[in-house]
Amino acid sequence: MALLEVRDLRLSFGGLKVLQDISFSVEKGAINSLIGPNGAGKTSLFNCLTGFYKPKGGSIRLGGRPIAGLPPHRITALGLARTFQNIRLFKEMSVLENAMSGQHCRSRHGIVSAILHLPSQRREEDMIRGAGMRWLEFVGIAEHAHRLAGGLSYGDQRRLELARALASAPEIILLDEPAAGLNEREKLDLVHLIRRIRDETGVTVLLIEHDMGLVMQVSEKIVVFDYGQKIADGTPEAVRADPKVIEAYLGTED
Amino acid sequence: MSDGARTLPAAAQPPLVRRSHLLPGLAALGCALVLPHFANAYVTEVATTALLYVVLCLGLNIVVGYAGLLDLGYAAFFAVGAYTTGILTSEFGFNFWLTIPVAMAAACLAGVIIGAPTLRLRSDYLAIVTLGFGEIVRIIARNLDITGGASGLVGIERPEILGFKLMQVQHFYYAFLALALLAVFVCLSVERSRMGRAWFYVRYDEDAAAGIGINRVSAKLQAYMMGAVIASVAGCLYAAKMTAISPESFTFNQSLLILLGVVLGGMGRIPGVVLGAILVALLPEVLRGAGTYRPLVTAVALLAIMLFRPNGLWPDKRG
Repeated sequence: MALLEVRDLRLSFGGLKVLQDISFSVEKGAINSLIGPNGAGKTSLFNCLTGFYKPKGGSIRLGGRPIAGLPPHRITALGLARTFQNIRLFKEMSVLENAMSGQHCRSRHGIVSAILHLPSQRREEDMIRGAGMRWLEFVGIAEHAHRLAGGLSYGDQRRLELARALASAPEIILLDEPAAGLNEREKLDLVHLIRRIRDETGVTVLLIEHDMGLVMQVSEKIVVFDYGQKIADGTPEAVRADPKVIEAYLGTED
Repeated sequence: MSDGARTLPAAAQPPLVRRSHLLPGLAALGCALVLPHFANAYVTEVATTALLYVVLCLGLNIVVGYAGLLDLGYAAFFAVGAYTTGILTSEFGFNFWLTIPVAMAAACLAGVIIGAPTLRLRSDYLAIVTLGFGEIVRIIARNLDITGGASGLVGIERPEILGFKLMQVQHFYYAFLALALLAVFVCLSVERSRMGRAWFYVRYDEDAAAGIGINRVSAKLQAYMMGAVIASVAGCLYAAKMTAISPESFTFNQSLLILLGVVLGGMGRIPGVVLGAILVALLPEVLRGAGTYRPLVTAVALLAIMLFRPNGLWPDKRG
């Protein structure tokens, strides 16, 4: 059984059909990508998967459980974490506090135990802090733990978003254009980091990307969209040779 | 990746009070403790009012400063506490201390009643609804028999501690000082806890917070409830001090003054909020000499502060 299974997913805004009968699946432990030209519906699909949009029809299953229509925080708790296309950090808070936010849905102590300073609450705080630090180390920005997140360089902010998502202990992590705004060197680092996420933590990765070079380099399977429909699905080699994909990206000869 | 067994110094929990704040904090506490021995009854009375505002502003700060929700009807929760104590002691002969848990429960309920249907609203609309809620509570108090109508309740029982009855100005000064210290401790504890951080996540970026697994409706509701509980306990003690309460103590103006204290000092940060609360209580007294021009001078002073210190007198470093 696939870890993430999307079947006949439909989404429309008013009369505009944004997604039409999308079906694909992501196997556990894979690195897959969704690509397509601007306006193809990639981000809309992403928002359906993460609970920010409610699809009009079809199903989304995570580890066999239906998640379509659940609120975002429930989906995260069930094991699907995300990053944002235009970095959405808590800029006024410390880097560590940002990383700790992922642990919220994996912990449970509330207001009363915090006021009473219960030993179990203290231990849980230690655990949350420890997890935050570990993920900062994993992405390589632990030395900035006590700086404000807004003061990090652009590349480090992207890393922090990854650390924050990973801190929620996901089964699968969805990366929305993680290479946007990165230079070539930073892109290489990113490819390396994405591989490490899968290889060292076993977390499945689903990318949405514009950057064809990066996608071809890192993905085992690629799903291609255009105008809200799936037009191809397969290995990088197969997708690259597909006439429909070439047409969508380069246009047709008249 | 690290093996996790390595303990990093950076992973230690921050202390409740920063070391650099410890000495000034203790000095302020020392002054507060000895104040009634050097001041006359009038100054002690004003200081007691200042401490009441410290508690109320700290409570509202949870809603406004931590969770970022504008609340224009906060005095309603203060009224819930005061009337609970008033009704239970004067009508039903309750012991004062027993009215506090009842008031806290009533405030929680009021917090949920106002919170649940409104928290999906965005800030401006939320502000209007909370304003309405504040007025509704005041008008209900004005029109019910059990709350004594427009003239309010009189003859509220004064509290006893181990056979010692709180009577004089100084007694209530110390009672409010104890309550203010408790409120500071509670806020410090919660501010750096899991739920405190969740409030800040929601305040700074609601969508990102939801995306990372925070239930924003529940977080906001809990901020409302906790703010309500703090105001209600302040209300209980206020009723006992005054022995008489009327709807006019819980007007929109009162809500505005509390909000003013929070904004003036610097939202979200405890020392700033305490300072703002004290200023709100002191300004009218300090400016007594201005006579009929007092409201004008107050307004100019406040405008000047907001103009030159837009983030408050002692702003949150986080900005």
